[in-house]
Amino acid sequence: MMNNSGASAAGSSSGSGEGSAPRRNFKRPKYSRFTQQELPACKPILTPQWVISVFTLVGIIFVPIGVISLMASHDVVEIVDRYDSACIPRNMAKDKVAYIQNAAINKTCNRTLKVLKNMDQPIYVYYQLDNFYQNHRRYVKSRNDAQLRSADEASETSGCDPERTTAGGAPIVPCGLIAWSLFNDTYSFKRGNENVMVNKKGISWKSDRDHKFGKDVYPKNFQNGALIGGAKLDPNKSLSEQEDLIVWMRTAALPTFRKLYGKIEVNLKANDTITVTLENNYNTYSFNGKKKLVLSTTSWLGGKNDFLGIAYLTVGGLCFFLATAFTVVYLVKPRKLGDPSYLSWNRSPLGY
Amino acid sequence: MDHDRPSPPPLLPEPPIRLDPAARSTRVDLISFAVDSPVPRRGSRADSERLATSQKELSDDDARLVYINDPAKTNERFEFAGNSIRTAKYSILTFLPRNLFEQFHRVAYVYFLVIAILNQLPQLAVFGRGASVLPLAFVLLVTAVKDAYEDWRRHRSDRIENGRVASVLADGGRQFQPMLWKDIRVGEIIKIAANETIPCDMVLLSTSDSTGVAYVQTINLDGESNLKTRYAKQETLSKSVDKEGFAGLIRCERPNRNIYGFHANMEIDGKKVSLGPSNIVLRGCELKNTAWAVGVAVYAGRETKVMLNSSGTPSKRSRLETHMNRETLLLSGLLIALSSVVCVLAGIWLGNHKDELDYSPYFRKRNFSSDDEKYYNYYGIGMQIFFTFLMSVIVFQIMIPISLYISMELVRLGQAYFMIRDASLYDEASNSRFQCRALNINEDLGQIKYVFSDKTGTLTENKMEFQCASIQGVDYSGGKASSPRDWEVCSVVVGNQFWRPKLLVKTDPELVRLLRSGRETREGMRAREFFLALAACNTIVPLTVETPDPKQKLIDYQGESPDEVALVYAAAAYGFVLVERTSGHIVIDVLGERLRFDVLGLHEFDSDRKRMSVIIGCPDKTVKLFVKGADNSMFGVIERSINLDIIHATETHLHAYSSLGLRTLVIGMRELGSAEFIDWQSAYEKASTALMGRGSLLRAVAANVECNLHILGASGIEDKLQRGVPEAIESLRQAGIKVWVLTGDKQETAISIGYSCRLLTSEMTQIVINSHSKDSCRKSLEDAIAMTNKLAAIFPGAQNTITGTGSPRIPLALIIDGTSLVYILETELEEELFKAATACDVVLCCRVAPLQKAGIVALIKNRTDDMTLAIGDGANDVSMIQMADVGVGISGQEGRQAVMASDFAMGQFRFLVPLLLVHGHWNYQRMAYMILYNFYRNAVFVFMLFWYVLYTAFSLTTAITEWSSVLYSVIYTALPTIVVGILDKDLSRKTLLKYPQLYGSGQREERYNLKLFILTMMDTVWQSLAIFFIPFLAYRHSTIDGSSLGDLWTLAVVILVNIHLAMDVLRWNWITHASIWGCIVATAICVIIIDSMPVLAGYWAIYHVMGTGLFWLLLLGITVAGMVPRFAMKAFTEYFFPSDIQIARELEKFGNLDAVAASEIPMSTFSPRHRRFI
Repeated sequence: MMNNSGASAAGSSSGSGEGSAPRRNFKRPKYSRFTQQELPACKPILTPQWVISVFTLVGIIFVPIGVISLMASHDVVEIVDRYDSACIPRNMAKDKVAYIQNAAINKTCNRTLKVLKNMDQPIYVYYQLDNFYQNHRRYVKSRNDAQLRSADEASETSGCDPERTTAGGAPIVPCGLIAWSLFNDTYSFKRGNENVMVNKKGISWKSDRDHKFGKDVYPKNFQNGALIGGAKLDPNKSLSEQEDLIVWMRTAALPTFRKLYGKIEVNLKANDTITVTLENNYNTYSFNGKKKLVLSTTSWLGGKNDFLGIAYLTVGGLCFFLATAFTVVYLVKPRKLGDPSYLSWNRSPLGY
Repeated sequence: MDHDRPSPPPLLPEPPIRLDPAARSTRVDLISFAVDSPVPRRGSRADSERLATSQKELSDDDARLVYINDPAKTNERFEFAGNSIRTAKYSILTFLPRNLFEQFHRVAYVYFLVIAILNQLPQLAVFGRGASVLPLAFVLLVTAVKDAYEDWRRHRSDRIENGRVASVLADGGRQFQPMLWKDIRVGEIIKIAANETIPCDMVLLSTSDSTGVAYVQTINLDGESNLKTRYAKQETLSKSVDKEGFAGLIRCERPNRNIYGFHANMEIDGKKVSLGPSNIVLRGCELKNTAWAVGVAVYAGRETKVMLNSSGTPSKRSRLETHMNRETLLLSGLLIALSSVVCVLAGIWLGNHKDELDYSPYFRKRNFSSDDEKYYNYYGIGMQIFFTFLMSVIVFQIMIPISLYISMELVRLGQAYFMIRDASLYDEASNSRFQCRALNINEDLGQIKYVFSDKTGTLTENKMEFQCASIQGVDYSGGKASSPRDWEVCSVVVGNQFWRPKLLVKTDPELVRLLRSGRETREGMRAREFFLALAACNTIVPLTVETPDPKQKLIDYQGESPDEVALVYAAAAYGFVLVERTSGHIVIDVLGERLRFDVLGLHEFDSDRKRMSVIIGCPDKTVKLFVKGADNSMFGVIERSINLDIIHATETHLHAYSSLGLRTLVIGMRELGSAEFIDWQSAYEKASTALMGRGSLLRAVAANVECNLHILGASGIEDKLQRGVPEAIESLRQAGIKVWVLTGDKQETAISIGYSCRLLTSEMTQIVINSHSKDSCRKSLEDAIAMTNKLAAIFPGAQNTITGTGSPRIPLALIIDGTSLVYILETELEEELFKAATACDVVLCCRVAPLQKAGIVALIKNRTDDMTLAIGDGANDVSMIQMADVGVGISGQEGRQAVMASDFAMGQFRFLVPLLLVHGHWNYQRMAYMILYNFYRNAVFVFMLFWYVLYTAFSLTTAITEWSSVLYSVIYTALPTIVVGILDKDLSRKTLLKYPQLYGSGQREERYNLKLFILTMMDTVWQSLAIFFIPFLAYRHSTIDGSSLGDLWTLAVVILVNIHLAMDVLRWNWITHASIWGCIVATAICVIIIDSMPVLAGYWAIYHVMGTGLFWLLLLGITVAGMVPRFAMKAFTEYFFPSDIQIARELEKFGNLDAVAASEIPMSTFSPRHRRFI
C-alpha cells in the first residue's frame, strides 16, 4: 500500500521494486513560500488616484519635452534646393536619361541659394535622394562586409550579385550594387566671390573607418563594367579613407534619405547668397528619383523635424484630457473600491 | 450424518465462480472494465465464441499452446514474448528519428519546418541558413531533452525490473535455480516463495497448501490491498515438480488485458482439465500467506496482463487549446492576407516600374557582369509575385507563435509542479501527493461546469464501520455514544499468546450484556446466532500480524468486500472472533471458547440473488444455513408466517438505518434437517463438478436452499463520509458547478448520503424517477419537465441557476435509478432526460452500472459545450473518468484502476475545491492570458515588419537584423510570459476559497474569447503603428541608416511588449521583476553584441544611435503612446465596469476581508441547519 501512491506512466510494475520504503510522511510537500505560491508580492491596483496621477504625470513630462523639441526644431535653419530637373538643359528635358548617360556633355550646373536666417557653423551639407530604395532587398544584400574589411578576403564576393566580378571573372573590390551605385554629384560653394570650403573629413562613422573598411583594402576592378553606376574610386586610397563610400554604404532606412556630403565650418549670415557649382552626374532620372541639396544646422535633436515635438504635445495633451475626463466621470459616478455589494452575485438578478 | 469426519467433502478445490467479476463483493457497483483484447480479433465469430460457455473448446488457431516444462517446444512454432519488459520508448539509436517523428506530429512544427526548408531555396533566402533553422531547432531540442530525460528514467526502472531474480526449474534439470526475470520464457516452471513478486502470468500447479490454495495480493495490479485466493488444480497438486518432472499441455487464450478473465484448459496425464481465472496468478502480484507456489509461465513480458493494462498517460487536448487553434487559424488567415497584400502591391509596383528596373541602381534587373546580359534573379512578374508571397510568409512566419507551444508546455509543467507541491492537496491518510498524470489539460480545471462523482470511496471513505444492529426486532445502536475506552477488547488466547483484532469497533453495552449473560434466553440465543452468522457467512481470511510485543498478535481480516470485513470485525468485537479459515473449516472463538465449524458449502454472492449463504456444520452436529443479503432480496426468502412483528420491526429499523445513510444487510438462518442436507449436498456436489453451466446450476442449488429463513436481524454499516465533503460540495455549488452523484448504491442509501453531504436539502423538491418500462420513463420525464417549467414560470427571474443564491426559486433535485436509465440512455428519451436534468440543481443517479455512468457523462458532454469532470476511485468509474473532459481519480481504498485512467489523482474528494477553485482558476487565468499575450506579442512584431515592407518597394527587407527577428520570440520575450504564466495570480487562495463564485470567470470564458482576441488584435495594430510610425516620421528626411533604425525598432518593440506584460501582471514578486526587466536588459545586451560584430552590416549602429537624445525620446514616446489606449481602457473598465475578480482584488488589498464578511449574510442560503445527519 505504501509503495505505489506515486504513479508513473511506466505502469504499476515498476513500482514494485521499492517494496519496503519506510512509512513516513516522506511524500508531504515541504513547505516553502515559493512552492505554496505565497512569495511576498506587490499587488498594484489601478485606483482612480493612481490613474489620474499617472495621466497627469505623463502630461507634465510630455508637454514640456514637446515644447523644447519644437523649439529645438525651430532653431534649426535648413536650406533645401531641388536641382535634378533644374540642372537639365531645356533642350534635353524630354530625355533626361539620355542626357545623364551621355558622358560627353558637361554636367556642371550653378544654383544660387539664399540664406534666410543666420546659420552657425558647423553647417552640414547633405544630398537628399527621393524615391531611391536604398532599402530594397536586392540592394541591401548586395555587398560583402568581409571583403571590405581585409585585403585577404578580396576575392570573397559572395552575395554581391550582380556586381561580383568583371566580365573576365576578376573580383570587384568593393563589390556589390551598393558600392557600384555610389553617388557622384559634387558641390562647391561660393559666398559672393569667397570660396566656402567644404570639409569632407570625418563625415563617416569612426567605427566604420577603423574596423569595417580596411586600411589595406584598395579598390580593384571598380566601375570597369559595361554599365557605370556612379562614382569611381581612387585606386590609391584605401577604403577606410574613402569616406563618401563609407557614408554611402551605410544604407538608408527609408526611400527618402539624406547623406552627409561635408561640413561648412564658417557661419552664414541671413541674406547671404550662396552660389553652388555642382556636377550633376548621378542618374536618378531613370527611376524618377529627385535630388536635393540641403544645408542645415543641427540641434541636440538632429535636423529640422517638428514631428517629435508635435507628437509629445499631442500625447501630453491627450493625457491631460484623459486625466480630466477620468476625474469628471469619477466625480459623477463614484464607486467604493472593494465593495462586495458590487459582486455580480450580490447584485439582484432582476436589478439590471 | 457424519459431521465429525475430519476432512470436509471435496467441494472446495474448485470454487467455481469465485472470481467472477460481478460476484466479487456484495457491492454491485464493482465491475471490471470491458474485455478489450488487443490481439487481432477474428470477427464476431471469435468474439461470440469467447463469450460462450467456459467449456467451449479453444480451437488451436485461437489458442496459445504451452508445453509445461518445455520452453523450447513451446516457443518452437511461435516465438512468444520473453519476459523482459520495455516501457522505454527509445534506444540510443532510435531516439533521434523516433523522437523527431513524434514531435513532428504537431502541425505547427511541420509548418515551421516547411518554412525553414523554403528559406533554404536561394530565391527565397530571407534569413541566413543558421538563423532560419534556429528557432525550430531550439524548440525541438528542448522537447527532445525533456523526452530523453523521461525515457532515461523509464530505462532505469526497466533495468531494475528485468534484473530481478526468480527461481526457475532449470531446463531438463531437477532443481530450481535462480534466473533473471528477463530470461524467463513461456513454458518454464517457476517457484515463488512467500512475499515474492510474481514475474509473469502463470498457471498454478501446486502450492504449499495441501488443498492447493495460494493467496495473492493484487495491489500492483488493481490496487486492492486485500488477499485473493487462487487455486492449483487437484490434478497437478500431487505431483512433486522437482522430483518427478512434469509434462503437460496448456491451451490458453491469446494474451488480452482482462485481468479478471482467463480461459484455458490443460491436458495432463491424458486428462483434460479446465482452467479459469482462479487458477492463474498475474505478474506484479505478491504471494502472501503461502510458503511457496509453483506455476508454469503462460504469458510473459509485454504479453502479461499487467503490461497490457499499463496504458500510457491519456492524451487529451484542453478546451483553451482547441479555442486557441481557432484563433491560430484566424492568424493564419491574417498571415495569408498580409502576404497577399504584399505580393499584390509588389506586383503593381513591378508593373509600374518595369521600364526602369533594368538600370535603376537599387534593382538592376539586368546582370552586366556576364556577357549574355541575362536577368539577375528575376523570373518575370508572375514568378516575382509568387516568390514575394512565399518570402513574405517566411518573413511574417512568427505570426503563428512557435514559442507558444513550448511556452505552454513549460507553463503547464510549472503549474503541475505547484499543484503537486501544494500542501493542501496532500493526503495524510494515504500519504499521497496530488498527481498530474495528463500534462495538457491543466487549464481545463478552471472551466468545469459539471462534476460527476462516484459515491463509494469518493464521497465516502469506503471504510465500512459497523454502526448498529437490529436483532430480533430490537434496535441496538447505543454503541455510538460510548467512547473507545469502554469498548470491549476481545482477545483470543492462543497458546501463550493473545490475539486481538486489528480494528476496534464500538459496541453497544446492552448487546454485550445480552450476549454475555443471556446464554439460555431466546433473545440471547438469537443474538449469538446473529453474530455467528456475521463471523461465518463470509469469505474473509484472517491473517495474524506480529506486533512489537511478542505476546500479542493482531488479527487482520482480509476480504474482497469491505462490508464483510466490517461485519467480521464487529462480530469479533462482540466476542465472535474468526481465528482461522482453511478451505474446509473455520475456527471461531465464541466468547472465549474456540469452536471449529465445518464449512460444508458456500454460495457466493451474485448480483441476481443479491445474497450469499454458507452451510455450516456446527460442533453440536447441527447443520445451519446462514444467509445475508440485501433487504429486498432477503425479505423474499424469509418465512413470513412466523415472527411477523419482528419482521416489521426490522423493516422499520432498516428504513431508519438507510435514511441515516447506513448500508444495510439482512441476516437470516435456517437449520437444515438431515434429509434436506443430504439432498442439498448431492445437488451441490453435482453442480460444482459439472462441466457445463456450472454457475447457473450452483445458483439454482442456492436458490433452492435459501428459503423459509428465520430472520435474525439486520446490520447497519456506516459508509463514512470523507472529511470535508459537505463543505466541498457546498463550495462547488456556489462556484456554479453542478454536482451529480452517480452511484451503484440503492436509492435510499444514495438519498441519505445526498442529505448528509448536503447535496440535497430539505427545501428541495425531489423528482424521483423509478420506472420499469420505456413508456413510464417517458411519462416520468415529461412530468419532470412540466414541473421544472412550472417552477420556472412561478419565478420567471430565476433562470440563472449558476450562482443560484440570489434566486428565490425552489431548488429541484432529480433522482433516477439505473433501471430507468436503461430505457432512457441511447434512446430518443435522452433529450428529455437532458432537459429535465439540466433544469434541476442536483441529479442523483443510483443503481447505475459503469457504462451508464459514462452514458450520463456523455449525455452532457455531447449536448453542451460545458466542461465535465468525473471523479471516482474504483474500476467501475474508469469509463466515466475516460469519458469526461477531465478525469480525476481518488487514490484511496479501492485501487489504482481509476487512477491509471485519470488525468489527475488525489487522495480526497475535498481536494477538488482547492484544485478547481484555486489551481484551476489560476491555471485558466494564466494560460488564457499567456495565449492572448503570445498572439499579441508576435503579431505586433509582424505588423511592425509589415509597415516597413510598405516602404521598401514591397521587397521584404527587414530593418531588424535577422538574428533579432529570429531571437525575438525565442529569447527576447519568451521568459517573462512563461514566468507570468506560472507565477502570476489574480487572487489569493483565501479569497478564491471564500468566494467560490469567482470560479465563474473561467466557466464563462471571460479571459479568453473571440471578442478579447479581436480587441487584443486591434490594440496590437495600434501599438505596431506607434512603434513603426513614430520613428518613421521622426527620422523622415534624415541620414538615419537601416541598422540604427532597426535597432531602435527592436528595442522599442521588446520594451513595449514587456511593459504591456508588466501592466497586466497582477502580483509582482522578485521573480517577475527579474524576468521582465532582465529580459529588456538581455535584449539590449544581445543587440549590442550583434552590433559589435564587424562582419555584420549593422556594426556599431546601436552605439551611434544610443548617443542621440532623439533615440531616447523616441523610445519613451513609443512606449507611452503605445500604452495609452490600453491603459485608459483598462483603468476605465476596471473602475466603472469592474469584474468580480477586480472587486475581489480590491477587497483583498483595501477591504478587511473578515470585517466585510459580516455584511454578507444574504449571500448564503445554504445555512448549516440542513446538515441533518452528522
